[in-house]
Amino acid sequence: MFGSTFNNGLEAVVINAAALILTLAGFGIFVALFGHNPLDVYYILYLGAFATQISIENTLTQSAPLMLTALCTAIPARAGLLVIGGEGALVVGGVATVLVGIHLGHLPPWAGVLIMGLAGSIAGGLWIGAAGALRQYRGVNETIATLLMNYIAIAIMNHLVSGPIRDFDQVLKTSSWSIPESLMVGTVPGLDVHWGLGVGVVTCVILYVIMRQTTFGFGVDILGGNPRAAQMAGLPINRMVLVCCFIGGAGAGLAGTMEIIAVHGFASESLVVGFGYAGILIAFLARQNPAAIIIVAILVGGISASGGLLQRRFDLPDATAAVLQGMLFVMVLASNTAYGRFKIFQVKAN
Amino acid sequence: MTEKPAMATLPPPDVMVTDMTKRFGALVALDAVSVHFESGTFHALLGENGAGKSTLVKCLMGYYQADEGDISVNGVTQHVTNPRHAHHLGLGMVYQHFTLVPSMTVAENLVLGEEGLPSVINWKEHLEILEAFMQSMPFRLDLNRPVSSLAAGEKQKLEILKQLHLGSRFLILDEPTSVLTPDEADQILGLMQQLTDENRISVVMITHKLREVEAYANEVSVLRNGRLAGQGYVKDLTHADLIRMMIGSEKVSKPAVRTEASRREIAFEIRNLVVGNDKGLTAVSDASLQVKEGEIVGIAGVSGNGQTELVEALSGQRDEESGEIFVRGMKYGKTRSEMREFGINMLPEDPLNNSCVREMTVAENLAIRNFDQPPTTYAGCLINRGAVRRHGRDLIERFRIKTQGPDVRIETLSGGNVQRTVLARELAGDVEVLIVQNPCFGLDLNAVAEIRNRIMEARNGGATILLISEDLDEILELADRIIVMFEGHFVFETSREKADVHEIGRHMASHV
Repeated sequence: MFGSTFNNGLEAVVINAAALILTLAGFGIFVALFGHNPLDVYYILYLGAFATQISIENTLTQSAPLMLTALCTAIPARAGLLVIGGEGALVVGGVATVLVGIHLGHLPPWAGVLIMGLAGSIAGGLWIGAAGALRQYRGVNETIATLLMNYIAIAIMNHLVSGPIRDFDQVLKTSSWSIPESLMVGTVPGLDVHWGLGVGVVTCVILYVIMRQTTFGFGVDILGGNPRAAQMAGLPINRMVLVCCFIGGAGAGLAGTMEIIAVHGFASESLVVGFGYAGILIAFLARQNPAAIIIVAILVGGISASGGLLQRRFDLPDATAAVLQGMLFVMVLASNTAYGRFKIFQVKAN
Repeated sequence: MTEKPAMATLPPPDVMVTDMTKRFGALVALDAVSVHFESGTFHALLGENGAGKSTLVKCLMGYYQADEGDISVNGVTQHVTNPRHAHHLGLGMVYQHFTLVPSMTVAENLVLGEEGLPSVINWKEHLEILEAFMQSMPFRLDLNRPVSSLAAGEKQKLEILKQLHLGSRFLILDEPTSVLTPDEADQILGLMQQLTDENRISVVMITHKLREVEAYANEVSVLRNGRLAGQGYVKDLTHADLIRMMIGSEKVSKPAVRTEASRREIAFEIRNLVVGNDKGLTAVSDASLQVKEGEIVGIAGVSGNGQTELVEALSGQRDEESGEIFVRGMKYGKTRSEMREFGINMLPEDPLNNSCVREMTVAENLAIRNFDQPPTTYAGCLINRGAVRRHGRDLIERFRIKTQGPDVRIETLSGGNVQRTVLARELAGDVEVLIVQNPCFGLDLNAVAEIRNRIMEARNGGATILLISEDLDEILELADRIIVMFEGHFVFETSREKADVHEIGRHMASHV
């Protein structure tokens, strides 16, 4: 009843909070090794992430692509797959956006943006959908496939930007042609945060509704919960897996689109900055729940946002933010085994 | 090896359990139970599933720690903290399912449980010891045979020999005959009786079969709902006494009534079905059968002869290698729309793992068959969670599922109630074809009677039923036609009228 749902929710909150505290403690030891007071470091972490309007805007900007890449892991995971190909799907989506966008200068901006968004999400969706098809029809492990496909995607982009679509006017950085200036999107009114945030939040909310309120979502929960029960119920498992992979890939592809049309304007190595991998972390922290992804992405976005400040202020190594993120990832994964271990969260049997 | 008590000299352990209580959360699994397992007796622990028999012996063996009560072995109070400790006291357990390594020989299996085994085994010396040990036993096995070549009865013997070889002289047998044919069961229990009569070992046998108690045990303790419902010498108790102790004053529902069905068309057919198992070997070979409307065809056989793979192939959990399935003359592709159109329903074994989602609620699990149909949907694709809950509540009431409500996770229910939940889901709608595997496994007598009645009702209503069961009594009670499955083949077929237990038993054991 209410009690059990409440207990389950409380259990998730307590366990994730414990993981967060343990992570901060571990990170405290790490910075203490460099001779800094952990409390000062925590304060700067807070300052850089959430203290001022600028830091909040910075955090939200960082979190926008993470919401979308997290979906790439979360949605297939609901069907029982472990997809880690968000990085590749984002790159593929970004490249597709550029390839389409450079021809759309004559269109009104809303139409151009819409078409580019579709191009990015379809490309990302097909990319991860292919991994789903390989799994369902050829028995290829989807985790390995999507991991390797990340490298393939990056290689394809590198090939394109260093040859076929290279913009030779850009001398500082190997990059593709830029999409027309008219098709670039601006910031959300009142905030210095680009529209990727709005797209991310809306996409997560829509997917939350789909997974929670439709028969499709219910079927996916059966499949993810017990594939044998899904088989026995005659559910169209192959189709459901392909659709989930497509949706997840489309999320990451859309992240690629937003990176192009709101940030860079062209495809380059700048797309490959680990949003896809951070998305895996977020999906697990949010327990594959699209609504929870929004909040967790902002939290992790905060870590990234304050990373630079942390490094500058304390003269810590470049990888410090990555160390913190990695610690958090390990703690969260480890804490997943704690579910059901604590008696106080269990509903008492009659 | 050296501290092993010499078999011929010391009497077997005398074990006393006093006022043992064990709780799991709010559930009292054992309530102040006292039993004296006298040295050298064959003691039966009788009771229905869930009566507390397993809990009692698991406390004895140190798998569980009792909340209250004492265990004394040969008059000395012991805190048995783990199975190794129990083993040092001479207590050993033979499990319902085999724990042998199939690819190793009899000798290797006997040796692998030994403690303090040296890194390099002197096989010559060991084989001599084992040979001498075998000679001292009333039953023997060839030490060099691989376990995979042993029949079920021989494996059971090896399990017992292994315990004896390891020095256990107080043997707990957990439902020892569940995987044996009737003849094998008689042989094994006869040997156990002989060993206890010679005062070489003490035996505790967990069972729910009255016949075995009456034929082989000296003493019996009956458990019911965690309490001791009675005990005494078997010779002093009548059949009626034992039944009364086992089920109390409750009335057992009458056996299902069979009526003559009017429509008799073939509704379900399997043609030349070949199914592989997880190891890529053939589990079901060229199986063909037809089931008519209003007919129950029972497939009997000892566990592991391809029944599970057959059911998986029929339920869509495993692809067949070749062959076809027809429903009402049309090829059946195991899709959801076909299942709905033909009214095909499934009651697989181990329902929690085979047809439920543990993390979902009881109501959600009850909706797995029809969640995509009105009234649990609206606007075609949206799910109406209120209707799912109402549908669940309705079925919980109709099928008397014991649960805290429709919104608790199904994994919190007892095995019997999970079974009931799946039964409710599968029988609630339009049932034309029903495929059932071991539907009463682990249920109490009343639940068994109720489930069998419901299956019979479905048959009388004209449903086409394929019943796959390891319980021969269940097949004999329900089936109109009986097929015996052995090593993937349908080796024997008989009608209900001509069925002979011993003939069926012989075919279950091997090709004849």
